[in-house]
Amino acid sequence: MTDLASDARSAGRTAPIIELIGVNKWFDDFQALKDINLAVLPGEKLVVCGPSGSGKSTMIRCINRLERHQSGRIIVDGTELDDDEKNIRTVRQEVGMVFQQFNLFPHLTVLENLMIGPQRARKMTKAQARERAELYLERVHIPEQADKYPSQLSGGQQQRVAIARSLCMEPRIMLFDEPTSALDPEMISEVLDVMTELAESGMTMVCVTHEMGFAKRVADTMVFMDAGEIVESADPETFFGNPRTDRCQRFLQQILGH
Amino acid sequence: MRLAGHYRTLVKMLAVSLIAVLLSGCSSNWGWYVVSPMTKSGMNNLLFLIGGLKYTLLLSVTAIMISVVVGLLVALPGLSENRALKLFNRTYVECIRAIPILVMILWVYYGLPQIADIQIGVFWAGVLALALSDSAFQAEIFRAGIQSIHRGQYEAARSISLSYTDTMRFIILPQAIKRILPALGNQLVYMLKMSSLVSVIGMQELTRRANELVVTEYRSLEIYTILIVEYLVLILIVSAGVRWLERRMRTDEGS
Ligand SMILES: Nc1ncnc2c1ncn2[C@@H]1O[C@H](COP(=O)(O)OP(=O)(O)OP(=O)(O)O)[C@@H](O)[C@H]1O
Ligand SMILES: [Mg+2]
Repeated sequence: MTDLASDARSAGRTAPIIELIGVNKWFDDFQALKDINLAVLPGEKLVVCGPSGSGKSTMIRCINRLERHQSGRIIVDGTELDDDEKNIRTVRQEVGMVFQQFNLFPHLTVLENLMIGPQRARKMTKAQARERAELYLERVHIPEQADKYPSQLSGGQQQRVAIARSLCMEPRIMLFDEPTSALDPEMISEVLDVMTELAESGMTMVCVTHEMGFAKRVADTMVFMDAGEIVESADPETFFGNPRTDRCQRFLQQILGH
Repeated sequence: MRLAGHYRTLVKMLAVSLIAVLLSGCSSNWGWYVVSPMTKSGMNNLLFLIGGLKYTLLLSVTAIMISVVVGLLVALPGLSENRALKLFNRTYVECIRAIPILVMILWVYYGLPQIADIQIGVFWAGVLALALSDSAFQAEIFRAGIQSIHRGQYEAARSISLSYTDTMRFIILPQAIKRILPALGNQLVYMLKMSSLVSVIGMQELTRRANELVVTEYRSLEIYTILIVEYLVLILIVSAGVRWLERRMRTDEGS
């Protein structure tokens, strides 16, 4: 499972922007992550898949410290995540996250949802924050919804607002935790399109998703997790064409099956 | 809107029963002259009674503002993962909640100046005792309100790097307060009623004034009836205000 890290090292030129080294995580007695090693290069697109409960969410939530790992090291953009609150905030400024359930702030308008981060965490003026919010709302193709409340939008629109909210912090890394799983089928593509555009713009992305069409299109590296471990990681061609392990083969058959 | 309908029915019923009582006052058992605005002394008595309104309001509103702040400050440690902070919250709530309000008023007014070297007037003793008693309940209301906000809201706020204070101030509390508004309204009504207990230490609010007038005029039935009406009107107005606020806050979310 160290082939990714060694790839990165042999590439030589660039150091990884995200690095997990021997990470373990327990929920009480239950071990959710087992000796996770992972390296993501700047601009790399990593797609994580695996059966339910395999630890995908837990792993990416560790990257911006929504979960605390108990052993091993996590280094994001040169900052090691430990109990130091200052380091945690530094990392969170560089890492955006999109959730399955959108988690928009229901009491704020779309524009206010986008402005709050730049205003409070980036100390921008209201006018600057507004300008930036409008820019990113345009990026996700819904500038006309600026003054609505989240509850007045469709699921697909809400998720695009959530993506824009993260982008307003101008992060170097974006994490996606099953961003299309809560959407009606007809809205999935509008969100995937925005994600694809983001990928093309050179953003470093870690996506947990079962949208294999999207994965084939944008992924530089596929990661398969099972029972808290990274079982397989490879470029998409090898991953889909010639999976090494039985577990991964079976999973892919199930998900691509019919 | 159905609630508003019920509310109107309630007010009508009250008005009818009130008129019935007043009409029966024409019989010889009643002596409304004591507060009749037609005579000079009656008018004076009436104004004296109504004058207590100012103190009842001042006392309750000051106390509730303090208790809301203290309640929130006590609620926050109760939501922490930290054992010691949680223990502080539980101890405060359980202990304060166990003290009867009347006892708290007596202790603050007569007892506190003896252990702490302070002079405390009737008004501030009343405010302090009421606020302290109420803060335990406020703390529980806030804790439940904040806990009812989905975990995803914290995570989204933290993921855009908002600090704990900003997360609370801009994301969690505005949503929580909207949810607990009915409970806060209840608490205000409760406070208005409990403020009558401060009469025992000589605060010239509604109840105290009624008591004093009864002593000189020997017309307890009429005077206490007026007292009831005073509280009734006051609280109906406050309830209507709270309801109006709830409606307003609900509409500006567009849902
Ligand atoms: N807060 C928690 N407390 C206890 N156990 C947890 C907690 N969060 C996750 N787990 C457990 O950790 C394991 C991994 O969970 P995780 O959410 O990371 O899985 P996942 O791969 O994202 O699954 P899914 O596809 O269903 O989202 C699961 O068995 C889950 O029950
Ligand atoms: Mg998950």
